[in-house]
Amino acid sequence: MKTYLPPKFLVERDAERCIKCQVCVNQCSFDNHYYDAEDDEIKSRTENCAGCHRCVTFCPTGALTVRRNPLQYRDNYNWRPEYIEDIIKQAETGGILLTGMGNDKGQRVYWDHLVLNASQVTNPSIDPLREPMELTTFLGGKPDRLELDADRNLKTKLTPQVRLEVPVMFAAMSYGAVSLNVHQSLARAATEMGTLWNTGEGGLHPTLYKYGKNTIVQVASGRFGVHPEYLEAARVVEIKIGQGAKPGIGGHLPGEKVSAEVSTTRMIPQGTDALSPAPQHDIYSIEDLSQLVYALKEATHYQKPVSVKIAAVHNSAAIASGMVRAGADIIVLDGLRGATGAAPKVIRDNVGIPIELALASVDSRLRQEGIRNRASVVISGGIRGSADVAKAIALGADAVYIGTAALIALGCRLCQQCHTGKCAWGICTSDLFLSKRINPEIGARRLANLLRGWSLELKEMLGGMGINALESLRGNRLALRGVGLNENELDTLGVRMAGS
Amino acid sequence: MATPVNEQKILIDASGLYYRDLNQHLKELASAGTRQVELHNVCGQRYIGTSLKVPLEIEIHGTPGNDLGAFMDGPRITVYGNAQDGCGNTMNDGEIIVHGHAGDIIGLSARGGRIFVRDSVGYRAGIHMKEYEEKKPTVVIGGTAQDFLGEYMAGGVLLLLGLNGRGEHKANFIGTGMHGGAIYLRGNVEKYQLGREVGAAELNEQDRKLVEKLVVEFAGHFKYNADDILKGEFIKLFPLYLRPYGRIYAP
Repeated sequence: MKTYLPPKFLVERDAERCIKCQVCVNQCSFDNHYYDAEDDEIKSRTENCAGCHRCVTFCPTGALTVRRNPLQYRDNYNWRPEYIEDIIKQAETGGILLTGMGNDKGQRVYWDHLVLNASQVTNPSIDPLREPMELTTFLGGKPDRLELDADRNLKTKLTPQVRLEVPVMFAAMSYGAVSLNVHQSLARAATEMGTLWNTGEGGLHPTLYKYGKNTIVQVASGRFGVHPEYLEAARVVEIKIGQGAKPGIGGHLPGEKVSAEVSTTRMIPQGTDALSPAPQHDIYSIEDLSQLVYALKEATHYQKPVSVKIAAVHNSAAIASGMVRAGADIIVLDGLRGATGAAPKVIRDNVGIPIELALASVDSRLRQEGIRNRASVVISGGIRGSADVAKAIALGADAVYIGTAALIALGCRLCQQCHTGKCAWGICTSDLFLSKRINPEIGARRLANLLRGWSLELKEMLGGMGINALESLRGNRLALRGVGLNENELDTLGVRMAGS
Repeated sequence: MATPVNEQKILIDASGLYYRDLNQHLKELASAGTRQVELHNVCGQRYIGTSLKVPLEIEIHGTPGNDLGAFMDGPRITVYGNAQDGCGNTMNDGEIIVHGHAGDIIGLSARGGRIFVRDSVGYRAGIHMKEYEEKKPTVVIGGTAQDFLGEYMAGGVLLLLGLNGRGEHKANFIGTGMHGGAIYLRGNVEKYQLGREVGAAELNEQDRKLVEKLVVEFAGHFKYNADDILKGEFIKLFPLYLRPYGRIYAP
């Protein structure tokens, strides 16, 4: 069938600059650039361009430009190009539209409407360059009270705690969705920076067990790669109920990405789709969740915190209360803008709620019920910079996960082609030729640099507020004010209007 | 240095014992070299045998609770009584033999090991079992199973012998989403009982051999006559597609 889809991008090659070196031909995994031997010319199949900028970045003479196709439709606010093109695609395929990365729609980003406070005159700010500043965070349940014996030794038995030097962890991205080199980059960077990375649900490659102390292992509905050694290798075990990019639905890692190596860790035949059922079939209730939480605690001898991750949805606050009561030591909320390696576009863009609102309501609810101390709260889904981190902590989070930001550090340009397995940056692919493009040494350096930059910025913000420990900002919503929000929004976020 | 093996069989009275204490005790015994344990008066204690990684023989008299042998990696558990839900959940290796019925999701996501149940089991038996090369979980059920038997199955073997009741299998949605492994049934099912991703066939020689081997083993555990069982008609259910849902997505 001839496609009626117009090309998304135009690729322009400056003939004066092009030296016909074919770097672009070799770098493009979407079959855009090609060498025409007859004409001795490099040409483009521009309709294949995904806009990932791999060729632009690596062109040695800067001869390439990628522009959005300026093709204009007749103005129509209702029938915007995206809707027209989605219909064309479905008319030609009859399938569910798949996409990658996070929601790219315009639902309000509340971080942009929250501003932080600073000290002026009446309380001194602190200069983090010269004074100690603490970002150390302990994840895990905290006791209701502490008891000391006569010699002032701690009598209360603490539940397992995990120390983070920076309150930013790498979000769950499974081996199979991302390449082994990405896993290795994340693991090394997490180890170097004193934080944690998360295996996602595809198991842990044998070569990465040595990073266990900085590893969160996931137990999801597919139970891929879950066995006693995997659980014992980890620092934290995370039960994945849902994911912000696709709340309520399972995952299908496309067969194209189930390579020989991936099939080893997942224990499924090569080339089959790795199917993660929508629910975990041993969890149909909070009581069942509790059963798995304690199965994992039994399996890890009560020495590791058990985390439970859900997508942020309408009833998150009540569910979170149940999760804490089910025995979770850490609860993770993944918001509307959380990303994925593959999800139906309709789900990614329309299901779930913004993480800011979910966080505020969960934190408030757990406080009202007097159980906020029993679990740490971690959020994810669209954390773009240290300011978002600071605002999340002030809203009540203990720490955040970053997925998209980490991938951008590794080269990702958000072209949303993750589900095709053709990632030209070698990130979201199991193709051995492509995945070599991530050098774990350099990848780890870039990720560690990012966390270092954010840590320094966090300290600057804290110092400006006259605070010398992140702990003092945690859940301190008075450090926030809202701009351009209505009364309901301010009320849900639990923050006051700027100026009041 | 390997812990010396303690040949002595340890008897434990589990009545009124909290599951956490019972399992802690089992873990300690296992690491101290004990190889045989007999539990009496077991009544609903969960997670027995969970995550144990030594070839410990656990005999259970009574009714163990949910998640019996979850994540287990080597022990052999014999239950004289019924097992509850989640028996052999995500089991890696070892053996569970149930002299009675078992509840829902038996062998959920099992990666290896073997489960024999004398009577029948509940819903979603063998859901999402996996296999890789020599690791091949096997579940043999003397009676029958409820709906969603072998759902999402990615590997391993399920064998149902239809021995009790009228020898009929009433389950619906058998093998929904199945994309690996095999289900063998003694007796027949109607086409409407199968998931759309499942095909049915007669046993070939290889299947026959496997079924015979498993039936002989089953008969040995529960004092049946294997020849009598093997006289029945068997069918094999298998996945029609490696990628059952590959075509519902736009490329």
